Amino acid sequence: MLSFSQKINIFKRASLCRNFEEETFKHSKEKKIKVPIYLSAGQEYISSTISNLIKELKIKPLIFPQHRCHSIYLSFGGDINQLIQELLGSDKGCTNGMGGSASIHSKKINMFGHDGHMGTQAPIGVGACFSTKRPTVVFLGDASAEEDYVLAALGWASTKKLPIVFVIEDNNLSILTEKKIRRNWHMHDVGKAFKIQSFDIKDSPEEIYKHKNKFFKQPLLLNINTNRLFWHSGAGRDSLKTFDRYKNEMKKLGKKAEDIDQINKNKIKKLWLNHLEKQLKK
Amino acid sequence: MAKPLRETIKEIIRTHLKKKRGIVMGQCLTAVGWVGGTLPELYEKDGMIELSMADVAGGGIVVGAALMGKKPIYIIRYQGFNWYNAPMIVNYACKSKEIWKVPCPMLIRGIGMEGGIGPVAGSSHHSIYFRMPGVTIFSPMSPGEYKFMYNHFIKNEEVVYASEHRSSFGNTQELPDRLNGKCDIIIFAISITRFEVIKVQNILKKQKITVGIANIFWIKPFKIKNSWIEKLKTSKYGGLVLDDDYDSGIAKSIANDLSLKSGKKIFTMGLKNKSAGFSKQTDNLPPNSTEIIKKVNSIIHLLVKNK
Repeated sequence: MLSFSQKINIFKRASLCRNFEEETFKHSKEKKIKVPIYLSAGQEYISSTISNLIKELKIKPLIFPQHRCHSIYLSFGGDINQLIQELLGSDKGCTNGMGGSASIHSKKINMFGHDGHMGTQAPIGVGACFSTKRPTVVFLGDASAEEDYVLAALGWASTKKLPIVFVIEDNNLSILTEKKIRRNWHMHDVGKAFKIQSFDIKDSPEEIYKHKNKFFKQPLLLNINTNRLFWHSGAGRDSLKTFDRYKNEMKKLGKKAEDIDQINKNKIKKLWLNHLEKQLKK
Repeated sequence: MAKPLRETIKEIIRTHLKKKRGIVMGQCLTAVGWVGGTLPELYEKDGMIELSMADVAGGGIVVGAALMGKKPIYIIRYQGFNWYNAPMIVNYACKSKEIWKVPCPMLIRGIGMEGGIGPVAGSSHHSIYFRMPGVTIFSPMSPGEYKFMYNHFIKNEEVVYASEHRSSFGNTQELPDRLNGKCDIIIFAISITRFEVIKVQNILKKQKITVGIANIFWIKPFKIKNSWIEKLKTSKYGGLVLDDDYDSGIAKSIANDLSLKSGKKIFTMGLKNKSAGFSKQTDNLPPNSTEIIKKVNSIIHLLVKNK
C-alpha cells in the first residue's frame, strides 16, 4: 500500500512530464520546434513511478531509454532547460543539439542516448550491466520488444542473472498498428520462457510497487500496459476517449495534486517562453 | 627465432586480460582451436567471455561493455559474420563520441579466410565498416603491425576494426614497402594479398617489368605516404590496388584517392563479382600471383595501346 506522500512524490514527477509534453505539443503544433518529436504524455506514470521507487531504494541505475524518452529523462532528474534547448536544436541542449527528441542523454543521471534503431538499448544495456554489474533499467516499447536482438538480450541477461529491469511501456501500438495484428504472444510469456520473473500489469503506481522487492536482485521484466495520448510522432491526437492515468490519479489525489499541476503548468510555460524569446533574439 | 603473428596476438590478449583488466568477448572462443591459436587458455573468470550464438545482440552487448569503458576486444571468427554483428557497432559505438560525447572504444578482430567455406563466411569484409564514420581500420599481417595497432587502441578512445586473415597467423616477418628504383607499376596490397604480391614482383622482374610494392596496413583514415605518390608519378603505368574484399569497396575508394593525388590511372582487383560455394570449383578466392600478373600485363597492354 502506497502512502499519500509516496503518491504525491510520484505525481510531482508525472506532473512535470505531463505539463512539459503538453507545452511541447503546443510549440510543435505552432512549428516553433523543427525536429521530429515523440511525446510520452499518457505514459508518464511508468517512468515517474519507477524513478520514485528506485530513489527509495537509494540506487542510481544505468538508464537505457528509447525514442519516446522525455518522461524518462525528466522523471529521473534530467535538466529541463537543457531538454528544451535540445528540442530547439541548440548546442547547449542535453545532447548538444544532435539528439533532437529521440536520442537525448544525460551523464548526470546515467541516461545513455538511443541510436534510433528500435530495441538496441536492450543488448547495449545488458552489455553495460554485465560488464559493471551495476543496477540497470532498460525501457522498451511493445513494438521494439519484438526485435529479435531484444529477445536474445533477454536470454543472455537471464543466463548471467544480471541486476537489470526491463520495462516494456506497452501502449499496444506501433505507429497505429495494434499488437494483435503483429503477434500472437505476450512479452511476459517470453520473459518467463527465458526464466526471467515477468509480469503483465497496469501503469498504476500500486501495481508497479508490488514488485519493488524484486528490483535489481535478478532480471525482472515488467510489461506495463499504458496509453499514448498523442500521435506516434508530432503534435496530434489519435483519440479523445483514451484513458488518462495522470488525470485519473490527479482526481484521486485531489486539491494538492491540482495545485502541483498548476504550478508545473505555469513554470514550464515560462521556461519555454524564455527559451523561445532567446532563440528569437538570435 | 622470431615469433609468429599468432603468438604475438595471444600474448597481447593475455596482457589485455591480465594486466590491462580488459575483457574479450565472442562466440566459441574457448573451443578446440582457440581461434586459430590466437587466444591464451583463459576463461570467464579471467575476462574471456563466451557470448550466446545471437550475432546481432552479441555485437550490442559488446557495445554496452565498451560504453562502460571496459575496452572490450570482440572476436568475430569469420569476417562475413559482420553482416549480423556490425549493426550496433557502426550505428552506436562508432557514433557515440560524436553524438553524446561518450567514447565507446572497442577493438573488433574480424578474421578472414577462404576456400570451401561458402557464400557467407569467406574472405574479408572490411568494406562494411569503411563507409561509416567513427571507425579506424587496420589490416595487420605481421607481429610488429599487430603491436602497433593494439597500442593505438589502448592509447585512443576509438572503435578499431582489425581486418585479420588466418593465413597470416604463421607469419614471422615484417612486410616493408618494396619501392626501390624506378617502378613500372606500383601495387598497393591489402590483407592477405600482401604475401602474393611478393611472388608477383619476383616473377615480373624476370620479364623486365619492375613492380613496386606499397603495403596498406592502416586503411582508415587512409594516409597516403609521400613516397607512394612520388613513385606513382614517375611510374610508367600507374598503380593497382589489391584487396581480399570485393573491389567495389575499399579498393576503389583508395584507388580514387591515389589517382587524384598522383594524376595516374589506378586499377583495382579484388574478389570476383560472384557468390562463393563450398567446393574448389566454386570458391571465390583473393587474386593469386597468376591472376595478378595477367592483370598487370593487361594494364600495360591497355595503356600502351591507348598512348
